[in-house]
Amino acid sequence: MTESKTLSDQDRKTLLSMSLPPVTMDVEKGHIKRFAEAIGDPNPLWSDESAGGIIAPPTFLRVMITEAPTPPELASFPQMLDGGSEWTYMEPVKAGDVITAVTRFASVNQRRIAVGPAVFLLLETQYTNQRGEAVAKQRNTLIRY
Amino acid sequence: MAENLYWEDVAEGQELPALVKQPSKRQLVKYAGASGDFYEVHYDKDFAVEIGLPGLIVHGALKNAYLAQVVTDWMGPAGVLKKLSVKYRGTDVPDDELTCSGRVTKTYVEEGVHQVDCALTLVNGAGEQTTTGSATVILPSREK
Repeated sequence: MTESKTLSDQDRKTLLSMSLPPVTMDVEKGHIKRFAEAIGDPNPLWSDESAGGIIAPPTFLRVMITEAPTPPELASFPQMLDGGSEWTYMEPVKAGDVITAVTRFASVNQRRIAVGPAVFLLLETQYTNQRGEAVAKQRNTLIRY
Repeated sequence: MAENLYWEDVAEGQELPALVKQPSKRQLVKYAGASGDFYEVHYDKDFAVEIGLPGLIVHGALKNAYLAQVVTDWMGPAGVLKKLSVKYRGTDVPDDELTCSGRVTKTYVEEGVHQVDCALTLVNGAGEQTTTGSATVILPSREK
């Protein structure tokens, strides 16, 4: 673990002024079903087509931001800890929707944690459907070290 | 399909039915595949130990999903989840028994919308609260 690694003020400003590349996903019913199985949630809303169409469980949208590329400014902090999320829901996400996620860094702070220097990132993601409706907003705290 | 829950049937201090989850390593791999989160700390023990963890850890987002299920199971098909927050205060390990529970903290009507706030918590087998959270739901009213 390199003790001297730091995030420069310039790196911080760069991160705060950028958006990650938008991610678009077709919401497939098979994917919702697999996701519901993976979280062990048998609620029929996630699988029953008769009840007005299959809707996605509340945390399903998280699948869109897990493979986001690492900006070069954060390359020296390769490990990650998820600190938590705040979700706000506006519209249900249904099978057949096309969702676009746009993520930006709402705050970037360097702090020391038990294992050494770390960067606390607050990632704010806006999720929008194919009709241009905001469906959800997520504020995710990510700790990189 | 669960019964509808009405706002009038909910009172401050009421407990949401708890869920006990015991995610196996296999479940973590399933979650990795379904969520696309392939960070090695969730399935490659050598990697986890190498970066200083005691072993494999449960995805935070899986715990988030467990606490969401506490709320969606309780609120029934007519409830609408508006807000959900979780904070991870400690890591959890596979095969541990995780008790996920909730309690009503506030019932109120805002601009004609009948709402309920809940506090959420996840406690591991050792009795440690490793995740806390909160939720806001809209429930149907018997008055309408």
